[in-house]
Amino acid sequence: MTTVVGGAGRSTATAGAPDAVAGIAIRARGLTKRFGSVVALDGLDLDVPAGAIFGLLGPNGAGKTTTIRILTGLARQTAGTATVAGVEVGLDRPELRRRLGYLDQDPRFYGWMRGRELLELVGRLVGLDGPALRERVGDMLERTGLTAAANRRIGGYSGGMRQRLGIAQALLHRPTIVFLDEPVSSLDPEGRRDVLALIEGLRGETTVIVSTHVLSDVERICDRVAILDRGRLVTEAPLERLLADHIRPVYRLAPEPGQDAAVAAFIGRLRATPWVTDVATAPEGDLRVSVNDPITAGPSLLAIVVDEGVRLAVFERVRPTLEDVFLELVGTPSADELDGRGFIRPREVGR
Amino acid sequence: MAGLGPLLRKELLEQWRTLRLPVIATIFLLVGLSSPLLARFTPEIIKAVAGDQFPMAFPTPTAADAIDQFAKNIGQFGGLIAVLLAMGAVATEKERGTAALLLTKPVSRAAFLIAKLVAIGLTLAVSVVIATAGAWFYTLVLFESLPPAGVAAGAVLQWLMLMAWASITFVGSTLTRSSLAAAGLGIVAFIVVGILGVLPTVGQFLPTGLSGPARALALGVPGPDAIGPTVATMVLIGAAGSVAWLAFRRQEL
Repeated sequence: MTTVVGGAGRSTATAGAPDAVAGIAIRARGLTKRFGSVVALDGLDLDVPAGAIFGLLGPNGAGKTTTIRILTGLARQTAGTATVAGVEVGLDRPELRRRLGYLDQDPRFYGWMRGRELLELVGRLVGLDGPALRERVGDMLERTGLTAAANRRIGGYSGGMRQRLGIAQALLHRPTIVFLDEPVSSLDPEGRRDVLALIEGLRGETTVIVSTHVLSDVERICDRVAILDRGRLVTEAPLERLLADHIRPVYRLAPEPGQDAAVAAFIGRLRATPWVTDVATAPEGDLRVSVNDPITAGPSLLAIVVDEGVRLAVFERVRPTLEDVFLELVGTPSADELDGRGFIRPREVGR
Repeated sequence: MAGLGPLLRKELLEQWRTLRLPVIATIFLLVGLSSPLLARFTPEIIKAVAGDQFPMAFPTPTAADAIDQFAKNIGQFGGLIAVLLAMGAVATEKERGTAALLLTKPVSRAAFLIAKLVAIGLTLAVSVVIATAGAWFYTLVLFESLPPAGVAAGAVLQWLMLMAWASITFVGSTLTRSSLAAAGLGIVAFIVVGILGVLPTVGQFLPTGLSGPARALALGVPGPDAIGPTVATMVLIGAAGSVAWLAFRRQEL
């Protein structure tokens, strides 16, 4: 399952990183993690170019967080090897962590500590002190919009404020590589915009690994994307190439309201049609119909609409999004494939 | 040792901000003050309560009774507090996820543990000093003056004994994610060592064997040799710290 890494369109090598010559910030070979008979990660091969903003995608339980936990030294792989900034990953490796920043998907802090104190602690741990520390802490508080709350106890912070504090502590020491696990999950739209802009601003200076479910955010900021499913790498490529390689005509249909039965019958018929690869329903009722034979699909799709008597407000051919590619590659899990939490059941092997 | 200074600073600030240090020091002060009082007035209290129904005559209380009472109270209350103080030191940080916050920074796991154990040791040291000062002062007021140097040396031995309970509990806190399990280990050790301490051949090489020398030093009288139990307790604390480190450095967070 080796992926071939092409040049990241907008990436540059990071000065000072041991792997800067090769231009590779992260390299994983056969990375595997098992919990008993459950395979959380299965032989992951991955190269992340230095300076890239790299999106790690996959449904719940795909292995994204496990990958990040191994690469940051919080968990130990069952098999395989990985280097981050040229340093082999491991549990007790301060020299590895000097080069990386990390934001947990559910960042936890000391409730008794003040926001500024936390950043000062992190700054001291990474070797900052004196005026340089104060200046950098002030800068990060400003950039994450926490200046006004800097002297309040973290125990009183909202979820969004904790997320922004997590981003501030991850970026404080200008790390070579930053792992951001769901960095905008708790943020309001304004906070989301600001944080995405902050991440975009790191392009070329820092290698950023972003794990997220929000595909539109990935499309906005990422150079490259890896899609994981059930612990396996499905694909890894520059975003533009991924979209181009999987480009399939997608039609957006917006049925007029009040014709649920007709629309249901219409969807059922589409799904039974050989040239339709996927029918996705948006919350507002729009249908996105992916097809593999555009020459047949154009007229035939309209014919089915007429035949089923569905009244449409919109019928258009649209550019496929990352979500379309994601659904095509990963598919929509059936109810049997999900556990009670909405996570895809991991694969199991004999011990 | 990567990160030890900032981590120790954080631990000490935490002891203060979470009120552990002020609360524990206050409890120890009350123990220190009340021990000579109890020694002095217990016979009178019993007489007042029981009246003529209690036929035994009480000997006149002395400074030795005050010190004995103090040693007993510190050994029991102090031991329990040492267990409570250490039980969540690592387990709570693992369970809440704050250990991962710090250990994704350039920090060695040894520094993480040492900072915690030193902070626990300092909290207990401050508390023992305050308690001993209170006990020494009330003994002076109610009985007689005791040699300050001897009292201070005895306090060091008392502190070492408390550190033994804290260290054993600390191992439990490192091995598990449960503060209660850690406390269970500390209390079991407390009870088992207390029972074994009665045996003369074994007791002199256990933390409980420090009580006798501590008493003798405080009273300025000849007593059991302090070297055996002191060395044995220091070895026990060192071994506990080593076991904690060996386990913790291999743990996933």
